[in-house]
Amino acid sequence: MPSLKDVKMKIVGVGKTKQITKAMNMVASAKLRGAQARIERFRPYAAKYRQVLAELSRKVEGNAHPLLAEHEEKKNCAIVMITSDRGLCGSFNGNIISAALKLAEEKTRAGMQVSFTCVGRKGRDVARKSDYAVLTAYGDRMGSIDFPLASAVAQEVIHGYETLAFDEVWLVYGEFVSMGQQPPRALCLLPLKTPEAEEIAEEAGEARCEYVYEPHEEKLLAELLPRYVKVQVYRGLLDTSASEHAARMAAMDNATRNCNEMINMLTLLYNKTRQASITSELIDIVGGAEALNG
Amino acid sequence: MGTLQLEVVTPDKTVVSAEVEMVVCPGVEGEFGVLPQHVSLLSALKIGDLRYRVNGKDENVFISGGFADVNNNVLSVLAESAELAGDIDTARAQAARERAEKRLTAHDESVDQTRAEAALQRAITRLQVAQLR
Repeated sequence: MPSLKDVKMKIVGVGKTKQITKAMNMVASAKLRGAQARIERFRPYAAKYRQVLAELSRKVEGNAHPLLAEHEEKKNCAIVMITSDRGLCGSFNGNIISAALKLAEEKTRAGMQVSFTCVGRKGRDVARKSDYAVLTAYGDRMGSIDFPLASAVAQEVIHGYETLAFDEVWLVYGEFVSMGQQPPRALCLLPLKTPEAEEIAEEAGEARCEYVYEPHEEKLLAELLPRYVKVQVYRGLLDTSASEHAARMAAMDNATRNCNEMINMLTLLYNKTRQASITSELIDIVGGAEALNG
Repeated sequence: MGTLQLEVVTPDKTVVSAEVEMVVCPGVEGEFGVLPQHVSLLSALKIGDLRYRVNGKDENVFISGGFADVNNNVLSVLAESAELAGDIDTARAQAARERAEKRLTAHDESVDQTRAEAALQRAITRLQVAQLR
């Protein structure tokens, strides 16, 4: 049986852990609100972009731009992996990383050389330890994501694709579905698949009329497409950041609950130990008195 | 004369959302004006100054390039960054300008000329727009 003091100290220790997990939960929920607001603000831009691009891509031929064209020989594949910088968010990073590694394995089996571009420290650490090449790693940036960061990442892969250094580019990130769901998602970034015009028209619920383009379609497309890649990378960043906070909130909520459970158990143990020691002391006293009387 | 809806959106926020009487956009092939009931149009924009008129008063917005889409009397401008003339941080733009100028005059091999030029262009335009307020 542990001594009374040991149990007391353990209760205090668990109580302190609980304070920390509770604080982290609250910080994560505040940050999540910020991240969700950013997604909300980004939504009109992304939606409009899809609409414009769909309208335009209907007008031009399928392979009008190098970013749309599929490379005939597929030898190199780049994977952009977005994870968080910090842990303590349950299996969130693990899920993204395993999804990315699975994809990498698949591509290797298909005869492609896989290389990684990582945003976020967790993914970077794993990618460095793996057998795959790491092209660029952006660590400690998830706290301050902005469009220029997405731009830099996208520019790199676009350049690689245009110079035929990559034949396929994938983006792996944590999609933010809801508070309880942040599944990893793999998205084919390049060759670009433009959103289908019909799909968009259905969403908008109205037919669009003839357009005037300035400058002409191909040139406009050449301007629009690279930016669309950036928009998608940015979306990946925003989603991952929101997901990270949601996952951390859930993990910390769980931890706090476990702490409560543990404190209850320990308090029970403490009381039992106390009673046992009182009982044994009483036995001593009674025994002593009996001996005197005897 | 009627009005048209102007929306200037960036990835981070909606900068302008208003009923306006007229808009002048810095298109890549020259400035163009958009009045209510304009024909559907999609145009690329360069770094420049977007003017719009509300209640007879002109307002200026700095645009760092992007696209303008006119449809159903709604003009949406998609830009990577956009700032109302009143919100421009002149000190920062001035610093950016000096930095870009230094880079361009350094004749360094490692400097990306096109990027530095674009940065200079943005800084100069920002300052110009800021003076219009």
